[in-house]
Amino acid sequence: MRRSRSGPAALGAGGSRAGKYGLRTIALSYLALILVLPVGMVFYRTFENGLQPVLQALVDPLTLHALYLTVAIAAIAVPLNTLFGVFCALLMVRRRFLGKSILSVLIDLPFAVSPVVVGLSLVLVYGRTGWLGGWLAENGVRVIFAWPSMVLATIFVSLPFVVREVVPVLQEIGVDQDQAAHTLGATPWQTFWRVTLPAIRSGVTYGVILTTARALGEFGAVSVVSGKIAGRTSTLTVHVEERFQQFDLVGAYTSSLLLAVIALVIVLSMTVLRSKEVGA
Amino acid sequence: MTISAIGITKRFGDFVALDDVSLEVAGGELTALLGPSGSGKSTLLRVIAGLERADAGEVIISGEDATGRPARERGVGFVFQHYAAFKHMTVRENVAFGLSIRHRPKAEIAARVDELLHLVQIDGLAERYPSQLSGGQRQRMALARALAVEPKVLLLDEPFGALDARVRKELRAWLRRLHEEMHVTTVFVTHDQEEAMEVADRIVIMNEGRIEQIGPPRELYERPGNEFVMSFLGPVNKLGDVLVRPHDVELLLEPNGATTVALIDRITYLGFEVRVELELRNGRKLWAQTTRESAAPLEPGKTVHVRPRATRTFDGDGVETVPAGDSPWWDRRVTMEVHHS
Repeated sequence: MRRSRSGPAALGAGGSRAGKYGLRTIALSYLALILVLPVGMVFYRTFENGLQPVLQALVDPLTLHALYLTVAIAAIAVPLNTLFGVFCALLMVRRRFLGKSILSVLIDLPFAVSPVVVGLSLVLVYGRTGWLGGWLAENGVRVIFAWPSMVLATIFVSLPFVVREVVPVLQEIGVDQDQAAHTLGATPWQTFWRVTLPAIRSGVTYGVILTTARALGEFGAVSVVSGKIAGRTSTLTVHVEERFQQFDLVGAYTSSLLLAVIALVIVLSMTVLRSKEVGA
Repeated sequence: MTISAIGITKRFGDFVALDDVSLEVAGGELTALLGPSGSGKSTLLRVIAGLERADAGEVIISGEDATGRPARERGVGFVFQHYAAFKHMTVRENVAFGLSIRHRPKAEIAARVDELLHLVQIDGLAERYPSQLSGGQRQRMALARALAVEPKVLLLDEPFGALDARVRKELRAWLRRLHEEMHVTTVFVTHDQEEAMEVADRIVIMNEGRIEQIGPPRELYERPGNEFVMSFLGPVNKLGDVLVRPHDVELLLEPNGATTVALIDRITYLGFEVRVELELRNGRKLWAQTTRESAAPLEPGKTVHVRPRATRTFDGDGVETVPAGDSPWWDRRVTMEVHHS
């Protein structure tokens, strides 16, 4: 009788402790197997034969060009998506118009469509025999197998992030602050710069970081539209694959490491920015 | 600095928020727009401010037609129920906003902000952020911000609605004093009749998108134009079509000819005020508001003799009428059921 009374209580207390450590172990081993081990292996394999081959691979002109192209594409795609994202979020939260729900679905499309399909669809439109591509080629503009198509593909796949981060922030702040600014004599432009933008800053920042990360890491769509011409249309991700297939493992690992370091810097800057906000 | 709203109509879809409403506010006056939620009081205020565009009608602010003008050109100060503080700015920056977008000299802005912070009694909080202020302090800051641009009229939308009861009472009295110092034409919206009566020179009672009655607090209370006004400005007992204020229900221990017998259901002590819930012989219920001393001899379950000091009756159109016939006040409709004691 006594046992049956104290049993569940003891089990409950012991169970919660065991449960606590058990859950932690499961979560950590899962992360170790899926994330830490593979990424760690990249680090290990990169430096397996010392620093010299790594430095050599780093200063390889093809690697440097891939790095340059990756950064350049992101430098075009991210600001464009940020501008579009903020504008679109304002439109969706503050205006009522016909086709709003269609716009919302369209914005989420890049989340749903596989990047490879994005690449193929861009080829269908902008390729030499494509719908717009023929006309563009006649006018001397080359899109597919050149950087414009890679920028388009990157914009496509990283489109939703800013919108999706800014919309909830805009919904939360409402229109009171903007209306207060109006009654105090601010023009719409002054209101946007001095009131709306600072108020949604956290959402914009987070959206920009996610967009950048996605833009830098894009492989599927870019590899379809780029033609993978080393030294010309090869981004870092494409370069990694190309080196790997050439059995240049150190080259592949070094470029991977470069991507991983950029990603790490982005994640860290995000953490810093977030903690700053919590502090304020 | 007067305000005229002429024939304002505003619809939201099928809902008519304002139905051909006209209102004149004299310069320097403190006016309350009082009504239940959905009565159109906030919408009227927002139409005057230019935050809402009316479907029909005109808004004239100190003689100038403001109907087509955006809010920023109307010279109105607006205070929101939920403060609408600029969260990323300090108190000083909040108050300075209207002046800094007008590119006034820095020294002038600083002096003006100090003066305003002193006026609203939050001198020491200039460098804080709104999140570090209490609700009452935030609303004082919002008021200072609105006053900074020297508005022609001050519009307050349920300014104390989000505050707790004690702070609300404090700020009411303070707003009244502030208005006496500054004499800015002020319109404020409230659903709290006590707040309106305490603060305003004049009350505009609204219901279902229309103005029911306009007048000084005392006049409205003593001479309500219709049943809605009477029941909105204070508690009423409704006996058939006769309306009696609970404080006008007199309780006597002995009958005197004009009284009727009632059973005491319940007695509630609220400090000085005592509520006595009663049931008449014909089954109708009413309550009386009385004092502690008068209620001392009363007990639930016992009977008491009831007489009204004053009653009011309105016909279907809301016009006050005099009860006809010989039937007694408490039961003009169901005389047959009355059992005189």
